[in-house]
Amino acid sequence: MVINKVRKINHKESQTRKNEAASDKMIGKWVKCEACKEILYKEDVHENLSVCPVCGKHFRLSSRRRIAQIADENTFKEIASEILTKDPLKFKGYLEKVNALREKTNLQEAVTCGTCKIEGEKCVLAVMDGNFLMGSMGSAVGERITIAIETAIEKRLPIIIFCVSGGARMQEGIISLMQMAKTSAAIKRLQDAGLLYISVLTDPTTGGVTASFASLGDIILAEPDALIGFAGPRVIEQTIKQQLPEGFQKSEFLLEHGFIDKIVERKDMKHTLGKLLKYHK
Amino acid sequence: MKTAWERVEIAREAERPKALDYIENIFDEFMELHGDRNYGDDKAIVGGIALLGNIPVTVIGEQKGKSAKENIERNFGMPEPEGYRKALRLMEQAEKFNRPIITFIDTPGAYPGVGAEERSQGEAIAKSIMEMAGLKVPIICVVIGEGSSGGALAIGVGDRIVMLENAIYSILSPEGFASILYKDSTKAKEAAENMKITAEDLQKLGIADHIIKENDDFEKITQSLKRYIIKNLKELQKLSKDELLVKRYEKYRKIY
Ligand SMILES: [Zn+2]
Repeated sequence: MVINKVRKINHKESQTRKNEAASDKMIGKWVKCEACKEILYKEDVHENLSVCPVCGKHFRLSSRRRIAQIADENTFKEIASEILTKDPLKFKGYLEKVNALREKTNLQEAVTCGTCKIEGEKCVLAVMDGNFLMGSMGSAVGERITIAIETAIEKRLPIIIFCVSGGARMQEGIISLMQMAKTSAAIKRLQDAGLLYISVLTDPTTGGVTASFASLGDIILAEPDALIGFAGPRVIEQTIKQQLPEGFQKSEFLLEHGFIDKIVERKDMKHTLGKLLKYHK
Repeated sequence: MKTAWERVEIAREAERPKALDYIENIFDEFMELHGDRNYGDDKAIVGGIALLGNIPVTVIGEQKGKSAKENIERNFGMPEPEGYRKALRLMEQAEKFNRPIITFIDTPGAYPGVGAEERSQGEAIAKSIMEMAGLKVPIICVVIGEGSSGGALAIGVGDRIVMLENAIYSILSPEGFASILYKDSTKAKEAAENMKITAEDLQKLGIADHIIKENDDFEKITQSLKRYIIKNLKELQKLSKDELLVKRYEKYRKIY
């Protein structure tokens, strides 16, 4: 019965999303801020790092734009780009879905890793992307992140991981779950090597990613108002049969409960990371 | 040959032996130790020191109840952060005193509640997984019933992964899987078949190292598990601490 309710909500949500997409198209150059409802000129939002110029809402960012915002110009060199899913469960329809997404997003997977400089400081940078199956962690994401961590160990560099994830990649079942162990074991080696790991949590970071590398940074930063948690809010509401309080599982909530070091606005992110890298030189 | 769904039902049976039943039958003595030294004592996870023959080992188990009353007390085997933190505390104690660790996995998942999130279920699980990867003592993990999601893996990183014949190990429940991927939770049976969650599947996927055959005689099952544990601890104890950790790393590193 509970599940039926969820299905209905899901259905309703996808309808609203469709309607919004349609109205976006009609307005063309204009977009409505989902937080303050203000109608904004798309160019302005883009120029403002995809942050609402009126209310400061941080919109979701593609990995490509994130890398452009964080890495010094022309310093990002991608690694592990050849790592793709092997569809370990031979799950019906999965590869077709992945291929269609590759076409649509021009991404090969939900994370892009490489080496770069940030304010002149060399580091390994991994950036997840919510446009690719909700940034879910399957075998390729786990493998790429692990290679990134191992690269940091090998080259004795600090590593920064920008997280955004709906959790595990369902279509890869238990192999997906095991990526939590693989990536966390690599972080353990990184720690033993005395190297810096900065984890940056962005909207949304949930499930298996929260319960592995995202929560293991020496320093954990978050963008404002990002949803961060292990269980999704809907699952919790079903379990406790109550509505969750406003602001539950948001960055500010985590800061208050002592689970992140600092909330950093997008405009300050690069400089904050640059400073942290310099502190640990 | 049972279907995956039949095994799900068996794995969840109320009267199926729980962690404490295995602990009682395999070990000669068991002294339970409590609390995470920080917040509380989560009854969904039991832990302590046991004697395997005359060797002290540390034992951790996710504990479901057999009756409604017991299940309420044990929160249906769904641990909260302090459960995982207690487990980690006891496992680090095991490392200090050079005791091998045996874990018994049986959970529908980590508890999805308000308090659990306030105290960071995610951090508790992540930390446990990471630290288990580096503990310098042999670890054997046994999936005895339902091994579901990060809540199972949190005490499931080790040198040997063993599954009972009718145990399951999955990314989440077939019901949850069906409602996410098929948008229909009533397709749980179909989901179970496609998810590859049985002991046999897990062995084929290279995750389970060994399957313990089940029959009606619980004594026989526990004796067979006990023999496996003794034999494998002997093998693992021959390795140097560095070799042990390298092998454990490789075990997970190759899963792709
Ligand atoms: Zn706004």
